[in-house]
Amino acid sequence: MVCLPQPDAETLARREDIRAALCAIVPGEGVISDQDELRPYESDGLTAYRQMPMLVVLPETVEQVSQVLRYCHANKVRVVPRGAGTSLSGGALPLSDAVVLGLGKFKSILEIDYDNRVVVSQPGVTNLAITEAVQDRGFHYAPDPSSQIACTIGGNIAENAGGVHCLKYGLTTNNVLGVEIVLIDGDVVRIGGKQLDPAGLDLLGVVVGSEGLLGVVTEVTLRILPRPDTARAVLLGFPAVAGAGKCVADVIEAGIIPAGMEMMDKPAIECAEAFVGAGYPLDVDALLIVELDGPAAECDYLITEVEAIARANGASFVRISQNEEERLRFWAGRKAAFPATGRLAPDYYCMDGTIPRRRLPEVLERMGAMSAKYGLGIANVFHAGDGNLHPLVLYDANQPGQLEKAEAFGEEILRLCVEVGGVLTGEHGVGVEKRDLMPAMFSEVDLAHQQRLKCAFDPDMLLNPGKVFPQLHRCAELGRMHVHGGKVSFPELERF
Amino acid sequence: MLRPDNTHDLAEIIGTAVQENRTLEIRGGGGKTDFGAPRACDDVIDMRGFSGVSQYDPAELVLTAGAGTQLSEIESLVAGENQMLAFEPWDYGLLWNRGGVATIGGTIAAGIAGSRRVSMGSARDHLLGFEAVSGRGERFIAGGNVVKNVTGFDLSKLVTGSWGRLVALTQVTLKVVPRPRLVASFALDGLSPAAAQRAMNVAMGSQAEIAAAAYLPGDPSQTVFRLEGIDPSIAARRQLVAEMHAELGMLRPLSEDEGAQFWERVQQFVALGEDQPLWRIHLPPSQGAAMAEKLDPAGEAQWHLDWAGALLWIATSLDADTIRDAAASAGGHATLVRADATMRSRVPALHPPASGVAKLESKVREAFDPMGVFASARFGGGKSARAD
Ligand SMILES: Cc1cc2nc3c(=O)[nH]c(=O)nc-3n(C[C@H](O)[C@H](O)[C@@H](O)COP(=O)(O)OP(=O)(O)OC[C@H]3O[C@@H](n4cnc5c(N)ncnc54)[C@H](O)[C@@H]3O)c2cc1C
Ligand SMILES: Cc1cc2nc3c(=O)[nH]c(=O)nc-3n(C[C@H](O)[C@H](O)[C@H](O)COP(=O)(O)OP(=O)(O)OC[C@H]3O[C@@H](n4cnc5c(N)ncnc54)[C@H](O)[C@@H]3O)c2cc1C
Repeated sequence: MVCLPQPDAETLARREDIRAALCAIVPGEGVISDQDELRPYESDGLTAYRQMPMLVVLPETVEQVSQVLRYCHANKVRVVPRGAGTSLSGGALPLSDAVVLGLGKFKSILEIDYDNRVVVSQPGVTNLAITEAVQDRGFHYAPDPSSQIACTIGGNIAENAGGVHCLKYGLTTNNVLGVEIVLIDGDVVRIGGKQLDPAGLDLLGVVVGSEGLLGVVTEVTLRILPRPDTARAVLLGFPAVAGAGKCVADVIEAGIIPAGMEMMDKPAIECAEAFVGAGYPLDVDALLIVELDGPAAECDYLITEVEAIARANGASFVRISQNEEERLRFWAGRKAAFPATGRLAPDYYCMDGTIPRRRLPEVLERMGAMSAKYGLGIANVFHAGDGNLHPLVLYDANQPGQLEKAEAFGEEILRLCVEVGGVLTGEHGVGVEKRDLMPAMFSEVDLAHQQRLKCAFDPDMLLNPGKVFPQLHRCAELGRMHVHGGKVSFPELERF
Repeated sequence: MLRPDNTHDLAEIIGTAVQENRTLEIRGGGGKTDFGAPRACDDVIDMRGFSGVSQYDPAELVLTAGAGTQLSEIESLVAGENQMLAFEPWDYGLLWNRGGVATIGGTIAAGIAGSRRVSMGSARDHLLGFEAVSGRGERFIAGGNVVKNVTGFDLSKLVTGSWGRLVALTQVTLKVVPRPRLVASFALDGLSPAAAQRAMNVAMGSQAEIAAAAYLPGDPSQTVFRLEGIDPSIAARRQLVAEMHAELGMLRPLSEDEGAQFWERVQQFVALGEDQPLWRIHLPPSQGAAMAEKLDPAGEAQWHLDWAGALLWIATSLDADTIRDAAASAGGHATLVRADATMRSRVPALHPPASGVAKLESKVREAFDPMGVFASARFGGGKSARAD
């Protein structure tokens, strides 16, 4: 378990003043201070971590957000932005001395502009609602996290969320054109818009994926795309993981970019099949779902190619969706894979590393060995096309010590991802969960360069502290360059 | 001119410059040297010592190279594996008759993208990670070697298009993409700018999966759609475009040579009025034609539209403020690409941002380059503006 920053006793002592000040900014029901009502905010999607916030504020206008932040800045009160609270890395986890700033009331889509193919939306709108607003005109918003019915578009920006179709259509960052953010000092800044490139520095690029550390997103401009004419999926079963892995690489090398390419290992297949009866084969070690979209002629053509590649790699099971209903059934199993593991263990811990695709068989084998070592089961579901693994570590939180074991297992998996040339997190974010693992990928100097960006936006480190960075350096300390006697010394280098 | 070939020496050069209160200009091939205001700086770092592809794994679709590696070397290497840099970088140096030696670092630092920008994104969407030395004289890395990565702030986006103002890139890791099996271009001839714009809006909003769309005025004008992919798919999408634009005339297939020539003209823009200042105006896509007609009501200027209207190139002697006000009020911005030294010293190359953004930009520059080693009058910084 990682430690959160020491609560500031002085802030806690001022709780009543802070509450009154926030109530003056957001009247009515906008401030929550009652313990029972605060309870729903004590954790996000990473439920192993819990912390009651000091207060929750739910503003309704950008002006209120600005005033709340200006007040918190002037009074050195920490702020944790929150969308729907589905983060799987503890990004929205409260601090005991912080105000949680919920964007739940920003629920309007402001503009749909088909000529420019963009939607302008408030941050509290759900991901799915964006697509729903434009689907009757044949459009969709491409990034589709599995949590899309619940997660907010503001949370997607903060986490640079991905989804099954990101292989072809990109992550959130590739589909956002502009944002309005409120900085910690209350300044409202608009970055980007409906045009494609920034005029100066690409600040939009760093706001996306900044996990609530740089500013509060109050408006987004998203690129929407015409929905493809046809989508077809094919299920491919392999007697060995290596064959499935090679098939993925061969499909991509052949120049085919499927809309999605997902893999499941044997435990995941078995759970999913028992749960929804998607028609998955049970006598295989690995299952691929490959989806192709585009004109019907293209799907038909490429699906035969994919089938041939699969057979060349030893596929023992091939089934091509014959209609929309069947295609959705193929996906139903994959989508239910997480809850379905409930058949194997009461709790699961979902990991999110990315590896170079070619290292897959080796990584799966080593995870199998770890599973034996920790005495905990594991099921694997992942975005195979881009090497993004979601191993589910199975445990029982009611058994003393199992949560700690699951965390240690998870940590070892992520270290393995880095060791083979991958990264700690592909789409769920660093949050609190992976914060202390950052040194596995980055040196202190690397991290200091990232943190100075944080300082440029939030010099007092009041926005979402305790997330992403393993050490809380003060900005003054990070910014210092020692110049004495005409000589510069680089304090960071000495420790490196 | 300094020419380091390892990060240790580069860090020392930058560290020493900081100590001695000197400024440095980072240069790749130097093709874009005439972009931005004329400036004095104490020394130039030639980055071409950081040369060579250190890792290229076609099956992983990832390539790592020294920032000083020639763009052409990378392009021919990946072409050998039937792959490409999908953002279609092009040698901007041609605009100043300085083509041929663009480096990958200069290409990334200039944030370049070609006509395929509308379907495959820009340089920013293809830089996965990098190594650099900042204005603090410290080597650091960011990003990674895989496409899906949210570990830490996405500094790759920030350094792309930073024009050498934040860091000296020493190594870049790029996403590469399989080359489309087939590329075909189709033209609608003789459309007015407004009709062409409407045709592009409709096509981009359709299932035709347009890879690129551009408009060249002339006699006759050409509105060209590029389709990429496999044969049966292109046939189906061509049919779709032809049907949706049936009332605009025949959708004329261009021969391979004709197509290549067309896209070259659009991208390299060499032809446009050498004697006039050249502007690159970024707009909400549907605004392209209207902006061109607004800035050139008499039809005398040379201009054309790329990115389905989101990019207007125009050579005109119109006053800079008029152009920038028009661009801004349409929700866009205007970059001064080429002009004589007098104009460049008076008119900033990059569209001045709104005050809130300007403040943030300067704090971000300070975060990476606190002493202003990389600052110069080029982009309105320089010694007089130094933080010390
Ligand atoms: C005097 C002169 C003579 C020339 N003669 C010839 C010739 O004979 N034949 C020929 O073919 N071409 C010639 N060129 C052409 C020219 O060098 C290329 O055309 C040019 O396109 C390559 O520059 P670049 O793209 O690397 O970008 P540059 O112009 O070097 O750089 C573009 C921007 O990126 C920044 N930058 C560059 N590298 C980095 C990095 N590693 N990290 C961070 N920022 C970086 C720079 O600071 C700059 O802001 C000449 C150029 C000059 C100036
Ligand atoms: C069942 C399940 C499946 C999931 N599947 C996926 C998936 O397929 N792909 C994927 O990428 N993720 C997935 N996630 C993770 C999660 O849904 C995403 O990270 C999502 O983007 C979080 O959105 P949210 O609105 O819930 O944000 P929250 O959890 O409330 O917040 C997440 C982070 O964003 C910040 N934040 C929120 N709103 C704002 C704002 N307006 N301005 C500034 N900062 C803000 C918070 O401070 C926090 O750091 C899944 C989660 C669950 C529970």
